[in-house]
Amino acid sequence: MTAASTNGAMDEEIPLLTRKDFVSDQEVRWCPGCGDYSILAQMQKTLPGLRIPREEIVFVSGIGCSSRFPYYVNTYGFHTIHGRAPAIATGLKTARPELTVFVITGDGDGLSIGGNHLMHLLRRNVDVTVVLFNNRIYGLTKGQYSPTSPIGKVTKSAPMGTTENPLDPIKMALAAGATFVARSVDRDTKHLESTLATAAQHKGAAFVEVFQNCNIYNDGAFASFADKDVRQDRMVYLEHGKPLRYGKHLEHGIRLNGFQPETVENPMSDDELLEHDTGRDDIALPMILSGMDYPDFPVPLGIFRQIERETYDGLVQDQIDVSRLAPEPAIEDLIAGPETWSVL
Amino acid sequence: MTTEIESPLSEAITTRDRVTIRFAGDSGDGMQLTGTQFTRTTAVYGNDLATLPDYPAEIRAPTGSLPGVSGFQLSFSSNDIHTPGDNPDALVAMNPAALKTNLGDLIPGGLLIVDEGEFNATNLRKAGYDSNPLEDGSLAPYRLLRLDITTNNAAALDGLELGAKERFRSRNFYALGLVLWLFSRPLDTVVRWATDKFQRNPVVLEANLRALRAGNAFGETSELVHERYEVPPADVAPGVYRHISGNEATALGFVTASHLAELPLFYASYPITPASDVLHELASFKRFGIKTMQAEDEISAVCAAIGASYAGQMALTGTSGPGLALKSEGLNLAVMAELPLVILDVQRAGPSTGMPTKTEQADLLQAMYGRNGDSPVVIIAPSTPGDCFWTAIEAFRIALKYMVPVIMLSDGYLANGSQPWLIPKLAEIPPVEWRHADLSRVSHAYERDPDTLARPWAVPGQAGLEHRVGGLEKSYETGDINYEPGNHHKMTLTRAERVAKVVNDIPDLEVTGPQEGDLLLLGWGGTYGAITSAGERARAEGKSVASAHLRHLNPFPANLGEVLSRYDKVMVPELNNGQLSVLVRAEFLVDAIPFNKIAGQPFKIAEISGKIDEVLGLSGPFEFEF
Repeated sequence: MTAASTNGAMDEEIPLLTRKDFVSDQEVRWCPGCGDYSILAQMQKTLPGLRIPREEIVFVSGIGCSSRFPYYVNTYGFHTIHGRAPAIATGLKTARPELTVFVITGDGDGLSIGGNHLMHLLRRNVDVTVVLFNNRIYGLTKGQYSPTSPIGKVTKSAPMGTTENPLDPIKMALAAGATFVARSVDRDTKHLESTLATAAQHKGAAFVEVFQNCNIYNDGAFASFADKDVRQDRMVYLEHGKPLRYGKHLEHGIRLNGFQPETVENPMSDDELLEHDTGRDDIALPMILSGMDYPDFPVPLGIFRQIERETYDGLVQDQIDVSRLAPEPAIEDLIAGPETWSVL
Repeated sequence: MTTEIESPLSEAITTRDRVTIRFAGDSGDGMQLTGTQFTRTTAVYGNDLATLPDYPAEIRAPTGSLPGVSGFQLSFSSNDIHTPGDNPDALVAMNPAALKTNLGDLIPGGLLIVDEGEFNATNLRKAGYDSNPLEDGSLAPYRLLRLDITTNNAAALDGLELGAKERFRSRNFYALGLVLWLFSRPLDTVVRWATDKFQRNPVVLEANLRALRAGNAFGETSELVHERYEVPPADVAPGVYRHISGNEATALGFVTASHLAELPLFYASYPITPASDVLHELASFKRFGIKTMQAEDEISAVCAAIGASYAGQMALTGTSGPGLALKSEGLNLAVMAELPLVILDVQRAGPSTGMPTKTEQADLLQAMYGRNGDSPVVIIAPSTPGDCFWTAIEAFRIALKYMVPVIMLSDGYLANGSQPWLIPKLAEIPPVEWRHADLSRVSHAYERDPDTLARPWAVPGQAGLEHRVGGLEKSYETGDINYEPGNHHKMTLTRAERVAKVVNDIPDLEVTGPQEGDLLLLGWGGTYGAITSAGERARAEGKSVASAHLRHLNPFPANLGEVLSRYDKVMVPELNNGQLSVLVRAEFLVDAIPFNKIAGQPFKIAEISGKIDEVLGLSGPFEFEF
C-alpha cells in the first residue's frame, strides 16, 4: 500500500508506514516503569505521519539514559558522545539538508556538558527537532543532581541538598532564539504525541522539553502536578489564539497584571484572560509563561513559541547554490592562482 | 634629509647565488606585507626561495616596544634551496626596537638599512638603548645605510589628502621600493598587486605607489647607495609556477581532493592561530560546493565534521595543538564508529596556549596517543609549503579507503612560509576513491572489506541499511552493542590492524645520500629543508651522512627499520623535546640520538651541522646560541 508523499519529489510514492516499522530489533534496556518508554512509543506513533521514508530519518543522541533512544528506532541512528549530539546533528543536517534529523538528549547531556552546543544549534536555527528528556536527575550514573534539579534536592552527590539554582530549559531555548519551543510530559501521551508531531513538522530548530519520570532515582518529580488526577487543575495547556484556561471544566484562567501573571478563579469571560500567542517575534510572553510553576501557578504545557525564520542549513545551501550560478570555474585556475610564471 | 654611508661601498652590481634578507619593524609597520611583496616579485623573477614570517601574537603590541617587533625573512637563490636561510645578509630595521631584536642575527659585514627618522629619544628608550646606536659606533661591523624614510616618504606624498597617520603607514612601500632597487628587481609585480588591492581607495593607492617609486628613486639617484646585487633566476624544472604558502597549499589540496573524488567537502573549524587561514580560504571556495562552518568551539567543529562524515561527505576539521586536545573525544568517536575524517593540526609552540605564532612540531605524541583507550589513527605530515597540497589529498585518500581518521600535522613554519611551486597537472594526480555502501555489495553496515578491514560506508538515504552506530563497543559480526570480553579484544586488534594495513598504500622511505654509512638524519614534517640542507653540507665536506624524511608517522613506511639498520648512528632532529625519537626507539629498538630545539623557531642549518659534528666525534658538545 502506498500513499502520495508530502515530502520531497512531487510524484514520488512512499510506502505507508506504521508504528511497527519504526521498532528496531534491539532489546529495549530502560528500567521497567521509566518514562522513556512513553516517549519512545509516542515517537514511533508520530513518525509514520511524517510520510518520510525510514532511511531518510536520522536520530542523533548524546550520552545518558535518554540517549539510548536511537537504538530502538528503526531508522538511521547515531549514539554519539556526551553533550555533542547537537554539534553532530548540525554537521549532518548542513551536509545533507534533505535528511530529517532528530536530536535526543537529556537534562545533563543537553544542558550541562552539552549546553553550549545546544544553545548554538538553537540560535543557528538548524532544521532539526530536539527532544530533551528532563527527569531532573542523572540516571545512568546512578543518581547525582542535574542542572534542572531544584535547589536543596538531596541526591548522592548532595547529601545535604544541592546548593545550585536550576536552569529552566524553556527559558534557555527561548533566550537562544529557538523558533519552536514546547513542553510536554511523558504521562500525557496524547499531548506528547501531538507535540512531537508538530515539532517534527516545524521548519527550523524545534525544541521540546519532556517532563520524564525517573522512577528509580527521582520518582514522582512531576507527580504533584502531572499525575492524571490532579493534572487538569495544576497544568495549563497552551494553545495559540486561545485564552489560558485550566481546571476540570476550564473554570480557571490566567491573566496578566503588567509583567506578572495572575490566576483568576471563575473569570466572567475570556476577555479577562491572557490570550496565548506563539507567533510573536519577541520572547517576552513565552518568558513570562515559562516562569509559572506549581504550586503558585499551573505548569504550562504546549507550544510556547512557533515562528518562521531562515534555517542555517538552508542559508548555507543557498550560498553554495548562488555561488554556482556563475559558470563553473575550473579547478585548474584555482590551483594556479592569480599569478604564474613559466620556466622553459 | 640626512643620508650617509658609513662604510665604503663598491659601485658595481654584484652577482650572488643566494641572498637572505630580513624586514623588521613595528607590528603596525606592515613588514609582513613588505616581505610578501618582495617575495612575490622575486618568485616571478624566477629565483628559488623560502620565507619565514615571524610576528607577535598581539595584533598591535605597544608601538615601538621590543615585543611588538614583526619580522619577515626570505632567502632567494639561483640554486635549489630548502630553507629561509640561517642568518640574513641584509636587514631592514624600521625602528630601534627592530634593530635591537634582529641585529644579532645579521652576518658580520652585512647590509643594514635603518629608518633614522625613527631613532628619536622616545623610541630609543622603548627599545632599551642607552645611547643611539647610529651614533655610538656600535654598528661599525656592518655596512650601514641610514636614511630618514619617514621624512623622505612624507615629502613624496605632498599634496595628497592624507593625515599624518596614513602618510606614516606607507613607509613600508618606500622601504620596499629601495630594497627592490638594491636587488635589481622591477616594480611591476608590486604595482599590479597594489592597483588591484587598493582599487577602491585611490588616495591610498596613489600614496603607496608614490612611496614605492620614491624609495626606488632614492636608490637610483642619491648616489649614496653604491652597491646593488643581482641573484640570477634559478635553474629549476620546466613548467608553470606560482608562489604558495603552506596554508594556501593545504586548502587547495583539500578542494582538489573533493574535486577528484566528486564528493562534497564539509569543513568545520574554530578560529585558531595558525590554522585560521585554511578556514578563510575554504570559505571562499563555495563555488566548488564546499561548505564551511565556523563552529562554536573546537569540540563542535570536530563533531560537526563527524556528522558530515556520517552523512557520507568528505569531512574535515582544522585546528592547532590546543584545539587537537579538545577534539580528542570526538576523534575517538570517529575511531570507534569507523568513520572517515581528516583532522588538520597546524602545530604551534605549546604546551597550553604556548606561543601561538611560533612554530613547533610537538603534537606528534598527542596525535599518536592523546585519546582514551587503544585508539590508533593514521598520521601524516607535509615537508614543505607546497607539499601541503599533496599531503591534504593523501589524507583523504587514506581516510576514505580505510574508513579511519587521519591527522595531518602541518606547522606554523610550513603554514606561513612560502615557496615557488610547480603547478601540478590535474590529470596527473591519482584519483581519490570512495564508495557508499549499498545492498548489492553488503548485507549490513558492519560487513568488513577483507583487504582493508574497513566497514562499509552506509549512509542515510540508503534503504535497507538503516543501522545504529555509536561510541559503545560493537560486535565484530553485527555492529550491535557488545560487551563480551573476546569481542572487545578482537575489535581493539581489528582497529589497530586496519591502521597498520595503510602501510600497503604508502611508499618505502627514500634516503638522500649514501645508502649506508656513519650517520642517518631522520626527520619528519617541516624540518625537511634544514635537515636536507645539513645533510648536503655534510656530504660536501666529505662526511658519510644521509638524510631521510618521514611523511607517514603512523604507520611508518614498511622499510623504515631496515633503513635505520644500515647506519652506525641515527640522529633525529625535531622541534620538540623528543617525540619521533621515542617512537623510533620503541618500535625498532634503535639507539636513535634525539636532537631537540624547542625555541619556537625552525632549525638553522648550522645547528644541525654542529650536532652532526658532535655525533661524528669531530667536535665537542653542540650548544644552541639563542
